[in-house]
Amino acid sequence: MTQPELDPVLEAEFQPDVTGDGPVISARDVRVWYGTTRGAIRAVDGVSFDLAPGETLGLVGESGCGKSTLGRGLMGLLPAGAKRDGEVRFRGEDVLTMSPRDAHRLRGSQLGMIFQEPMTRLNPLLRVSAHFEEAIRQHEPKLPKREVTQRALDALRMMGIPPTRYRSYPHEFSGGMRQRLMIALALVLRPAFIVADEPTTALDVLVEAQIVQILNDLRRDFRTSLLLITHNVGIVAEACDRVAVMYAGRIVEQGRVADVFAAPQHPYTRELLRSTISLRTTGLNFIPGSPPDLIDPPPGCRFAPRCPQAMAVCATTDPITIERPGGGQVECWAVGPTDLIPAGGTARLQQEELAVADEA
Amino acid sequence: MPTKPDLIDVRDLSVHFGLRGGTLGRLVGRDAGVVRAVDGISVTLREGEVLGLVGESGSGKSTFGRALLGLAPATSGTIGFDGADLTSMSRSELRALRQSIQMVFQDPSAALNPSMTVAEAVGDALRVHGMKSSVERRERVVEALERVGLSPVQLFLDKYPRDLSGGQKQRVVLARAIVMGPRVLVADEPISMLDMSVRAKILQLMLDLKQDLGLSYVYITHDLASAKFFCDRIAIMYLGRIVEIGDTEEIFANPRHPYTKALLRAAPDPDPARAVAKDLPRGEVPDAAVPPLGCSFHPRCPEAVAQCGWEARDLRTLLETHWTRRTPEEYDAESAAVGSLDALARPDTSVHVGRGGADAVRSILDRIRDEEPDEPLWRGVADVTDDGAGVRVDFHPGVDPALRRAGGVDVACVLYPDDSPDDSAGG
Ligand SMILES: Nc1ncnc2c1ncn2[C@@H]1O[C@H](COP(=O)(O)OP(=O)(O)OP(=O)(O)O)[C@@H](O)[C@H]1O
Ligand SMILES: Nc1ncnc2c1ncn2[C@@H]1O[C@H](COP(=O)(O)OP(=O)(O)O)[C@@H](O)[C@H]1O
Ligand code: SF4
Ligand code: SF4
Ligand SMILES: [Mg+2]
Ligand SMILES: [Mg+2]
Repeated sequence: MTQPELDPVLEAEFQPDVTGDGPVISARDVRVWYGTTRGAIRAVDGVSFDLAPGETLGLVGESGCGKSTLGRGLMGLLPAGAKRDGEVRFRGEDVLTMSPRDAHRLRGSQLGMIFQEPMTRLNPLLRVSAHFEEAIRQHEPKLPKREVTQRALDALRMMGIPPTRYRSYPHEFSGGMRQRLMIALALVLRPAFIVADEPTTALDVLVEAQIVQILNDLRRDFRTSLLLITHNVGIVAEACDRVAVMYAGRIVEQGRVADVFAAPQHPYTRELLRSTISLRTTGLNFIPGSPPDLIDPPPGCRFAPRCPQAMAVCATTDPITIERPGGGQVECWAVGPTDLIPAGGTARLQQEELAVADEA
Repeated sequence: MPTKPDLIDVRDLSVHFGLRGGTLGRLVGRDAGVVRAVDGISVTLREGEVLGLVGESGSGKSTFGRALLGLAPATSGTIGFDGADLTSMSRSELRALRQSIQMVFQDPSAALNPSMTVAEAVGDALRVHGMKSSVERRERVVEALERVGLSPVQLFLDKYPRDLSGGQKQRVVLARAIVMGPRVLVADEPISMLDMSVRAKILQLMLDLKQDLGLSYVYITHDLASAKFFCDRIAIMYLGRIVEIGDTEEIFANPRHPYTKALLRAAPDPDPARAVAKDLPRGEVPDAAVPPLGCSFHPRCPEAVAQCGWEARDLRTLLETHWTRRTPEEYDAESAAVGSLDALARPDTSVHVGRGGADAVRSILDRIRDEEPDEPLWRGVADVTDDGAGVRVDFHPGVDPALRRAGGVDVACVLYPDDSPDDSAGG
């Protein structure tokens, strides 16, 4: 998409209206693969979802299933050697095909990212003030210094960091404060969409809960759309509107958190929830085996070798994405469409026994 | 329930670390201080029991666990095991002790030597402890690997850590821990680095090992959910102290210490229907080198009262938090009247604040008080008097609450005065 060059300051003021009903982010058949000597690791393999303004989508799944790759792919922050395909539209504009310059303009100002370990993203030699000045100047170079400080202090204040700490260095902050600092940095340009990749994993229990609450308020206060990557289904339950369950590079089920968690349709979702240890756990459950090698995943449904409901059809034919009863999408032969299952396809699948040898 | 005999009896254990190299000392405005990583802990581990140590970072859980193996030097106190005091043992006695007490660490990758095969890693301890016959060693290694579910064993014996998944590595670590036939396993966050779906598997394995080998565990974690499922008794720790200890059921049914209640509220619940808005304590675990006065939890405690240890640093936090809610203009004016907060950086119970005149400073404090009448800090303020260009704030002296009996558990909090001593009528 071509765009007239706008004065950066004006550009900031004349942002498109966000309050429409259209999705902020719309991903279609997104694929990301890493080239290796053994072949291509298909880390994200045909993922589609929409994110509405002010909505939080939780992305869960076992480690290695492609969550971080998807998050970075949406931002255009993939490492060298990674390739991607498909379509990611930000308010209708295709971000995967735009020029690097436009993509850079979009990142930071419209798309933000929060990482697990804030210290690796903060420069220990720079004061907090310098971090903010740099972030703002990059996108709005003509903003007067007073304005810059003002915006930075506002963002910090929202995160509960007092103005007295504006001239401090990152190491003078506690872990939770650093993470709030990172969120403030991501928010200072008021992006419409933020990817947060395991933002609380490195934090203490109480601080984790505080940050979850902050993320929760974010969508209400600013209509920021958030993709929250986590392995903690408890956090999804508490902070997300919708959930996408990822397995071996695919989103196998997505829908409203209340629907999906109350009546999971996909066997993987069900097993993942059952294996989570919570305060109400009275017995231990687990999924045998481990996720497949993404260079050479099993044919048909990738969960078939571990699935307690696997049928003959599952081992040969990719399941089809269908409307989820209760809303959302799911891809699993056990849910449907039954009329496409060939004769004899519903017979129980003979699975190899899974020992610890196959285990994660 | 018949009480099992005590296996480990820890009495008043302290482990203090000196802050060498004055940098940190200078930073915190103190000469060469100490970190009281473990600060007067008494606890017993009974035969066949799982004792949980639960708390946030820096509460001293790992240091305590390491002290049980003689890996962290006790500053004072005793650790009784089998009638001997572990804190006064020689190196060789400690080495012999490792046949009986073993440790499992959080990060299985860091715990395993990358250049040793599984067979070597598990057999090494046997060799160190003088088992000369390699055939015999091999037998014991195979047996241990089978016990931890790494079968067929032949598939694993010659593998290196890099060939194993996280869960498999933790199984190897467990095999190495049990190969000597220990009676106690100190497990420091054994599942927290593992993927969600693997945690239950390793926890199940630990349960099986306990059953099959008659082990007792000290289970260290910050995760209340796994502790609730796994432990018979739980000690909640904060900044080097046990603040509440009792049977798991009672701790969860009737949490008493405000910190225990806070941890319970914070635990995420995967049932969206139950996930309610939470009233969380503010702030974070403070620097252990300069802990809060009185009760260490007081800066975060929603129930704190006058004698909980209020001091200058709390006033600083109050002002700073207040300023996150003010407009920039108000902040500029108020901070000019208050002046530098450096005077509020030390643990003083009487402090001068302000440079813009007593009235100006007093009105700022009054304003905060009007806005936040329920702020516990006000309960700790004894007096505010005019003092030069500002005011002097005097706080009530704090008390450092000791662990006391309260309804079947022990709690260290002024809200729970002792309910048991010499009271034969009590039960
Ligand atoms: N070798 C050491 N030298 C100096 N200070 C230390 C040392 N080991 C631990 N500490 C300090 O002792 C305190 C307790 O640390 P410890 O590692 O025991 O806590 P923990 O409860 O295990 O925390 P975490 O949950 O982060 O593992 C901390 O303030 C820590 O910085
Ligand atoms: N830079 C990279 N080069 C090669 N492979 C990678 C790279 N980053 C991730 N992968 C692989 O891609 C897959 C998905 O990884 P990732 O997106 O990090 O998953 P998750 O965040 O769900 O744990 C894994 O098999 C991982 O090993
Ligand atoms: S498609 Fe078949 S194997 Fe895959 S999840 Fe559904 S039932 Fe299980
Ligand atoms: S003594 Fe009890 S009430 Fe006082 S601060 Fe500590 S925990 Fe809170
Ligand atoms: Mg990841
Ligand atoms: Mg520790």
